[in-house]
Amino acid sequence: MSTKVEPELPTINDTTELTDAIAPDDAALDLAKQARKNEYKELAIQGLWKNNPGLVQLLGLCPLLAVTATVTNALGLGLATLLVLVCSNATISAIRHWVPKEIRIPIFVLIIAAFVTCVQLLMNAYTYGIYQSLGIFLPLIVTNCAIIGRAEAYASKNPIKQASFDGLMMGLGFALVLIVLGAIREVLGQGTLFDGANLLLGDWATVLRIEVFHLDSQFLLAILPPGAFIAMGFIIAFKNAIDAHIKKRQPKESDKAIERIRVNFDS
Amino acid sequence: MAFWIASSPHNHSQAKTSVLMRLVIYAALPGIFAQWYFFGWGNIIHILLAVTTVILCEFIVLSLRNKKNIRKQLFDGSAILTAILLGICLPAIAPWWISIIGAAFAIVVVKQLYGGLGHNPFNPAMAAYVMLLISFPIQMTSWQPPLALMTIDLDLANTLSVIFTDFTKEGYSVQQLRTSVDGFTMATPLDTLKTNTGLGLTVFESMESSIFGKNFAFGWEWVNIAFFIGGIVLIAKKAIAWQTPLSFLLSLFICSFIAYSISPDSSASTMFHWLTGGCMLGAFFILTDPVTGATSTKGRLIIGALAGLLVYLIRVFGGYPDGIAFAVLLCNMAAPLIDQYTRPRTYGHQVQEKREEAK
Repeated sequence: MSTKVEPELPTINDTTELTDAIAPDDAALDLAKQARKNEYKELAIQGLWKNNPGLVQLLGLCPLLAVTATVTNALGLGLATLLVLVCSNATISAIRHWVPKEIRIPIFVLIIAAFVTCVQLLMNAYTYGIYQSLGIFLPLIVTNCAIIGRAEAYASKNPIKQASFDGLMMGLGFALVLIVLGAIREVLGQGTLFDGANLLLGDWATVLRIEVFHLDSQFLLAILPPGAFIAMGFIIAFKNAIDAHIKKRQPKESDKAIERIRVNFDS
Repeated sequence: MAFWIASSPHNHSQAKTSVLMRLVIYAALPGIFAQWYFFGWGNIIHILLAVTTVILCEFIVLSLRNKKNIRKQLFDGSAILTAILLGICLPAIAPWWISIIGAAFAIVVVKQLYGGLGHNPFNPAMAAYVMLLISFPIQMTSWQPPLALMTIDLDLANTLSVIFTDFTKEGYSVQQLRTSVDGFTMATPLDTLKTNTGLGLTVFESMESSIFGKNFAFGWEWVNIAFFIGGIVLIAKKAIAWQTPLSFLLSLFICSFIAYSISPDSSASTMFHWLTGGCMLGAFFILTDPVTGATSTKGRLIIGALAGLLVYLIRVFGGYPDGIAFAVLLCNMAAPLIDQYTRPRTYGHQVQEKREEAK
């Protein structure tokens, strides 16, 4: 996923080489530009992989485990969380200079709750089926630690642009974990994918339903909460295994300092 | 010269894991034979399926974990014992994938993911059984009545056909196999008793049903007696401690005795509780698991009593007819804590309170 947002490095290098001849102000500007691009890249990698809210921070596990019985539910909750996260991060970042440190948490919660209410009303109006199947977990986005965690750790200290981009990446990372978990549980549980997608995406989405294999009897464990825990454990283990594999393949930095035996010929 | 110094215990038992496991497997044979005599080939087929799966899974996981001495670990008997216990518990005419999914879950998730033999907090066979029971309630509750009560002849070929294709060679379904002469579906004695009590019938009225036989539970009583004999052999050979089964059976006896004395119409007799379901198998073969059970003498007594109470509560008030597996898992969870509080006093040390009094 991280390859998508990689900045085009060669163009930047070209411009930096050229700046020698031009005024030094431009050079500083370009360096800042490059730094900003790197910052965005870092934010994307952090949100999607290295510091993924679902897999690494293990935040917001309650909705993550409760509503991921099907891909459609996971997608619905993932999109709702993503929207709330981007909006709340942007708002909190915009008002960060006027928020007193002592009462910042209630203010963050109020802002998040306002956006959750908006999302809830929108889903109630336009995707009623998914609104019903998500149930209590839609309003419970307010208490999702991933959102308040990003508000506290990042949005309250950084400018609007970066904060909303961070919200987008963290939200995407969370939504991806939800969808993967939902897919695993749906395939194991009832052998389908995107069952009931028309509830979320409209009537055309009925064609999205894929029957991977036909089961005479549902594998209830995958649909019940214990299955969510077990599948989540396997996903985290898989992620850690990939990380370990990447680390192994990287060449070891040789930090062996050459020691010289100092011989004093004089004495 | 230096002496080799080691902490206690200084006298080790020379018995290997494989010897112990083989002894337990031999002790289970009378029970398996009784099952074969009353219920046909089903359980033996399931045991064979489970053993094959277990060996395959154990081999795959051990090689993934880069273990040395795979051969020794593979055939130490612990995995095979798990498979046999699981195969004994399953309904005889359950489909083939039940025992394969169960055995794979027992080894891969319950045993090896926690670190292999000696590190698993839960009994693999029982955890797999519970997983199957909550995942596939229909298949896991289609118990077959004893052969003598069945209207359809269920020989080896027919059993194989039912397990692998869901139908006998003549085309009878599992549901038809369970139907009695009167057209009723026959369930296990525990299940029937629970349903009938729910319908307002007294125990004596329920006992009229043919599946209860002349004594307590047709077929099941002899299976349980056979497992009891195997358990006594294990205790005599000192393979298992006597405390756990004794306190388990006593606890179940006391619970059912109290209930039976208060209201004999709505509660079954003490012997019915002892001789139906998986009572003896649980008491002698499952609760006594050295890995997942308690290790101190007092702890074993407490675990057994707790399990007996839980089994009685689940059988009478719970949603499932038999509660051995759930009780065992709950006791497995409690075992480390119970061991913590029932540590035996070390020789030469006083109990904390006494020492303070002495001061």
